[in-house]
Amino acid sequence: MSERFMTLFKRYRIFLLLLVVQLAVMLVFPQTGSKSLQLTWTNLGEMLSVLPPIFILLGLLDVWVKRETMIKYMGESSGIIGILLAFFIGSAAAGPLYAAFPVAAMLLKKGSKLSNVLIMLGAWSTTKIPLILFEASSLGPKFMLIRLGMDLIGIALIAYFIERILTKEEKEAIIKRAAEQEG
Amino acid sequence: MTLAIYLFAGLALIVSLIKSREKTISALKKAWKSFEGILPQLLSILILIGLMLAVLTPEQISSYLGKDSGWLGVIIASLIGSVTLVPGFVAFPLAAALIKNGAGYMQIAAFISTLMMVGIITLPIEIKYFDKKAAIARNAAAFVFSMAVALVMGVLM
Repeated sequence: MSERFMTLFKRYRIFLLLLVVQLAVMLVFPQTGSKSLQLTWTNLGEMLSVLPPIFILLGLLDVWVKRETMIKYMGESSGIIGILLAFFIGSAAAGPLYAAFPVAAMLLKKGSKLSNVLIMLGAWSTTKIPLILFEASSLGPKFMLIRLGMDLIGIALIAYFIERILTKEEKEAIIKRAAEQEG
Repeated sequence: MTLAIYLFAGLALIVSLIKSREKTISALKKAWKSFEGILPQLLSILILIGLMLAVLTPEQISSYLGKDSGWLGVIIASLIGSVTLVPGFVAFPLAAALIKNGAGYMQIAAFISTLMMVGIITLPIEIKYFDKKAAIARNAAAFVFSMAVALVMGVLM
């Protein structure tokens, strides 16, 4: 029991430390402290509203989608279909970029090509469909189109670049890591 | 969009339940396990962001990012964008407000682009999944790319 508590405490120690900092700020600078608490609270709400369905879908994907299927559509020789699927998954997603990392790990674990996973991450970060529409309405369609056009090229370039600089061993280590992340 | 994802997840869950009870339970267990796996980092990040945004106000940001601030402004914008983490639905109105307050398109493009693609605060999570080299390379490449976006935006807007 106490050992379990200790591992739990160890895992959450940074969080607890930051919680103490937050409380200290609140005591010394009440205005800043309550503002940051309010921001944290809003963001927590956002996080808890987006994450549950993503993780449920991940769990289902893990149980139902066969490795061979993933390899066929997003693996080494998936070609343009893999690239398009990666763009689609990322663009259709909801939630901040950190929610994309577990998805990326799952795709890697199931045999998706690293560059496709990186494309998915890139699309998740900037070409999400609702956000694009929102960007056009706040900053104008011209601004949105210039950025979207550049992003599509940039995402592919960054994915290609990272795939190139990693050695075979490093890629294998990443895939091994991904398999360990997901129970 | 969030609602659509919920509907999709709910529907998938029902289909899965009909097909196999055991598999569905094991899927939910896995879902919880991977969620709990990154929960400590997520909670820490939320507090960090809260503290940071409480100190950094929009007025302060726009005072550094004026049209005449040039590349220095672009770099400041990119640095702010890299260390902050705000949802897009907050970021775009904020960007529009900054432009109204006198910020330049070039600087705002750098801010938006780094905000979405570069995550210094979330780097520990990214490293947890991708190892140091890939995580740092992705963020560095995204930073450089954001400069290119700013440059093009400066020429075209």
